[in-house]
Amino acid sequence: MSDHTLQAMPVVYNEEVVRKFMIAAMFWAVIAFTLGTYLALELTWPTFNLGYSFTNFGRLRPVHTSAGIFAFGGSMLFGTAMHVVQRTCRARLWGGPALANFIFWGYQFFIVMAALSYVMGYSKSREYAEPEWHIDLWLTLIWVLMTIVYVGTLLRRAEPHIYVANWFYLAFLITVAMLHIVNNLSLPVSFFGAKSYSLFSGVQDAMVQWWYGHNAVGFFLTAGFLGMMYYFIPKAANRPIYSYRLSIVHFWALIFLYIWAGPHHLHYTALPDWTQTLGMAFSIMLWMPSWGGMINGLMTLSGAWDKLRTDPGLRFSVTAVGFYGMATFEGPVMSIRSVNSLSHYTDWGIGHVHSGALGWVAFISFGAMYYLIPVLWKRPAMWSQRLVAWHYWIATLGIVFYITSMWVAGIMQGLMWRAYDSFGFLQYSFIESVVAVHPFYIIRMIGGVCFLAGGLMMAFNMFMTIRDPQDSRQGFPSGLAVAGE
Amino acid sequence: MFGGRFTHGMIERNAMLLLVLSLIVVSIGGIVEVVPLFTIETTVEHVKGVRPYTPLELMGRNIYVREGCYLCHSQQIRGLRDEVERYGHYSLAAESMYDHPFQWGSKRIGPDLARVGGKYSNDWHEAHLINPQSLVPESLMPSYSFLATTPVATEAIAEHLRTSRAVGVPYTDEQIANASADLQAQGAPNADTTALLKRYPKANIVIGPNADISELDALVAYLQVLGTMVNFADTSTESLQQ
Amino acid sequence: MPTKIEKDSLTGTNTTGHDWDGVRELDNPLPKWWLYTWLVCIAWAFVWFVLYPSIPLGTTYWHGVLGASTRAEVDRDVAAVTARRAGVMNKIAAEPYDAIRAQPALLEAAQTAGRIGFANNCQPCHGAGGGGAIGYPALAAGAWIWGGRVEDIELTLQHGIRSGDPDARIGQMPRFGADGILTAPQIEQVADYVMTLYQTPRKDAAEADVKAGAALYAENCVACHGENAKGNRELGAPALASRVHLYGGAREQVVAQITQPRLGVMPAWNQRLDAATIKSLALYVHDLGGGE
Ligand code: HEC
Ligand code: HEC
Ligand code: HEC
Ligand code: HEM
Ligand code: HEM
Ligand SMILES: [Ca+2]
Ligand SMILES: [Ca+2]
Ligand SMILES: [Cu+2]
Repeated sequence: MSDHTLQAMPVVYNEEVVRKFMIAAMFWAVIAFTLGTYLALELTWPTFNLGYSFTNFGRLRPVHTSAGIFAFGGSMLFGTAMHVVQRTCRARLWGGPALANFIFWGYQFFIVMAALSYVMGYSKSREYAEPEWHIDLWLTLIWVLMTIVYVGTLLRRAEPHIYVANWFYLAFLITVAMLHIVNNLSLPVSFFGAKSYSLFSGVQDAMVQWWYGHNAVGFFLTAGFLGMMYYFIPKAANRPIYSYRLSIVHFWALIFLYIWAGPHHLHYTALPDWTQTLGMAFSIMLWMPSWGGMINGLMTLSGAWDKLRTDPGLRFSVTAVGFYGMATFEGPVMSIRSVNSLSHYTDWGIGHVHSGALGWVAFISFGAMYYLIPVLWKRPAMWSQRLVAWHYWIATLGIVFYITSMWVAGIMQGLMWRAYDSFGFLQYSFIESVVAVHPFYIIRMIGGVCFLAGGLMMAFNMFMTIRDPQDSRQGFPSGLAVAGE
Repeated sequence: MFGGRFTHGMIERNAMLLLVLSLIVVSIGGIVEVVPLFTIETTVEHVKGVRPYTPLELMGRNIYVREGCYLCHSQQIRGLRDEVERYGHYSLAAESMYDHPFQWGSKRIGPDLARVGGKYSNDWHEAHLINPQSLVPESLMPSYSFLATTPVATEAIAEHLRTSRAVGVPYTDEQIANASADLQAQGAPNADTTALLKRYPKANIVIGPNADISELDALVAYLQVLGTMVNFADTSTESLQQ
Repeated sequence: MPTKIEKDSLTGTNTTGHDWDGVRELDNPLPKWWLYTWLVCIAWAFVWFVLYPSIPLGTTYWHGVLGASTRAEVDRDVAAVTARRAGVMNKIAAEPYDAIRAQPALLEAAQTAGRIGFANNCQPCHGAGGGGAIGYPALAAGAWIWGGRVEDIELTLQHGIRSGDPDARIGQMPRFGADGILTAPQIEQVADYVMTLYQTPRKDAAEADVKAGAALYAENCVACHGENAKGNRELGAPALASRVHLYGGAREQVVAQITQPRLGVMPAWNQRLDAATIKSLALYVHDLGGGE
């Protein structure tokens, strides 16, 4: 800890809202993993759809993706953003506890409304933006408030410079606001009904949606979580960030280039060729800027690798950065048109998604939480470090099952669909490819069970840590006392 | 890059500058990729035959959207040899120009549906949606039997057409005025279909087993029109260059 | 101001001098390999922009020096594979079935085309191997509604059955119950009689009912289903004296069919499939085991 921090006036941070977001994130994580595993079960044995409208794969799948991205991921991002911005600015949240609290409950309300609306049969069918217009408007309000609080806090900071984690959180907030508003432009049929019609149609609608969809990845699942990485890895490892110059270059390059890559979701479709070329080329140019983040994360540990042995929480963060590197290498490869001609529409994509979602998003969140829970509840450590280690291994195993089975399944589908026999006729019918991937769907499901089991261990560990009254450090002034530990 | 450390230090000290610069940087790509799709004339091919959906097809489409069929089925035959052989002519931009929202999909757990119209009978679709495994034992598709027992909502049908027109679907006044009648004509037993077929050429008449027009009937009407509007026999391949 | 540049003890690199909540930054340069790999990617991208359609320019776009186009390419690819198959497929389209059968190369090609064509288009209705399903005739059973010679099958495929095609096969069984031609008890009686033809007679059927059913049959059904219930292929009326049944052999199924016949639809394939493929399919179906 450097001395000017110690000399500074103690600031009483708003940690209440951060604690709430962490509990919510843990709750939604378990929901997301449970639903993911259930979907995997439905795809393995369709009778598990149960024949009800609200348990159908088509209605539950958006609940899973929203629970994973918006509920779990979003609660992590909002919570850690509020934590990080206060600490690195040495300023209390702008707007006070009431506003922060309103954002928390408003965001949770959005999630519940969205999930209920899908199972009840309201959906815009825009992937990762399924809520109908009234829920969209509500989210817009919450998002704008969050951005105001965030920028307000930056503006009242006591540190002269804005730390790099905050650049990423800020880019995440403003870009997702832009994406959300444009992608959801639509006209309701009536003021009192849920149904609306998108303002765009056909090819333009497809481009707008994947401009949104790809950048939901780029700014929600990447920029936001990079912000998380930039604070929690150096904190947990107690090492400086590897390269300030790399931070600058890869930040601006990442946010500039990401926006262009959307058309890689539409290769060989009725989207004109020129747009596809841009999508592919920008995805390739995006590779190194993405790896810039990985390098900065991993190299921060140089000299401190031994910490991995003693801190299983840090192991999550570091593995997460590794998966991030893997997903952002795989992504550009899949963006190459000839590769995409094979991988698109197949389970390869699903494997890629989950190496990002489980390996990167969930793992970096676990790492941040294992650091943050003792800090927030003023405990010396998690209730059980051994349980953290168990969580790490079973979750890693789950990911390995998940992504390797999906690679095999996806490549097999792609090859079977385009296989020709010696006469030049298609070799396989579609349904033969469905039958062929069944064993891999079973493996994926087992992977899901492992990952879920790890999540439950974590929830239990968190519960015990919070509940445990011993070792409580009530005497410490909130905030500063723990900072820097 | 970016003028070296000194300049960047300025950005780091000014939150509003950081915000504005970031916003500019993230806006560029989207503008360059989206706006020209409206201004470049060849983006949507000029082909004959694409018409707005009939009221019943539109309601069926809304059910397709709501149930999340796009999560398992694409509606976009890519310009690749195997896809063209398996599913038919590659999809045109024109074929989804009245689709608010588009339903191209991103995953094929089931086959592409862009040209499924006319491939099976109405009866088959009905039986398949109620119990897919009865016809295709290996299918992963869930049962949609609940659609058969839910009558399709008809009250606001004219409002649906009017809203669609407001976002750019060229429904005529006549089509809007007759929305309810056209919906009945396409799905109710013993209805007179001449006016319907004049307003919406090639509409598939779907008569379910019940007197009420069910959501299932509407969905089948939609499935049966998919990919049938453009007559590729008299469309030259040159005219399809974007 | 905060700038207090220090040397990091572990790596010997300078920090930038800032400190946020204990987090500091090292002032390492960009990794060289990283920078050069990135520059290569950027250079590659710009080469691609020059070669391929890329930059939008108001109302048009840069078409690229290679003149590449996905659609032109797939048209060429399809033309190429069509040309590759043309040798056999043109012969299959042109020659009579006997001649095709006499040439092993042609026959093999036709069977291959038929196999995949069947799996992609017909199997969802007629089942794997043509096993059939309720409402969708078994094609391997040798119990033909419209005829089991390969030429009959080809005609069925071309125009379909009640498909809306102008030359479709159309058989219209009257709606005896729905249109009030027969009363419900009469339908039960005729169904009891039909069950005997199916060789699955109902055990508790009254003999009188079966007799009455036979009389009703003679009156109403003979015209189509024939004297000895062997069916009529001209009219598409299935044989009833058979163990193979389109709509199933249970009594409710028979009653339902007489009350309101399903009149199933088979699509016409002449719009979707070319002549050679249809002929290949006809051969394939014929050879499933039931062909005549
Ligand atoms: C869980 C995945 C899943 C969902 C959800 C799903 N399907 Fe399917 N669908 C399949 C599979 C797998 C097949 C291929 C096997 C078969 O024909 O049943 C299929 C086949 C079909 C076919 C036959 C296509 C052909 O050319 O043979 C149609 C039509 C269809 N589905 C329509 C729908 C509609 C409409 C919905 C939504 C209301 C829907 N499906 C939802 C998985 C799904
Ligand atoms: C939508 C479902 C459906 C599809 C797809 C379908 N058929 Fe049929 N097919 C039927 C029905 C229904 C009948 C019987 C109609 C009747 O006569 O009542 C039938 C009858 C036939 C017959 C006549 C059987 C006889 O006993 O005379 C042949 C042959 C046949 N189909 C072959 C095919 C082939 C080959 C394909 C694929 C190219 C195919 N069908 C696709 C529904 C279908
Ligand atoms: C005008 C011609 C016609 C007459 C008269 C007629 N049928 Fe039919 N029948 C058909 C046709 C055509 C079919 C196939 C129809 C279909 O696909 O629904 C059929 C099918 C059937 C079937 C289903 C066969 C199976 O394999 O599942 C039964 C049972 C049957 N008829 C019984 C009768 C009886 C009993 C009568 C008299 C009361 C009768 N039919 C009168 C034309 C006729
Ligand atoms: C136990 C862990 C999980 C399991 C077993 C699981 C399983 C699944 C399954 C079965 C699907 C549907 C795949 C398909 O349609 O073919 C899916 C989709 C998806 N999941 Fe998960 N999931 C898990 C965790 C997560 C998490 C934590 C996130 C987000 C952070 C996530 C994000 C997604 C996304 C974005 C999709 C959509 C992918 C696409 O459309 O390409 N999943 N998941
Ligand atoms: C350089 C970085 C990346 C690039 C270039 C990239 C590229 C791609 C490509 C080409 C696809 C497949 C599109 C298709 O064929 O349908 C895809 C899908 C996807 N990727 Fe990535 N990816 C990157 C990083 C990531 C990361 C870090 C995540 C984190 C979770 C992620 C999440 C997803 C998701 C959710 C989808 C599925 C979209 C859908 O629903 O179809 N990607 N990505
Ligand atoms: Ca939305
Ligand atoms: Ca998807
Ligand atoms: Cu993407």
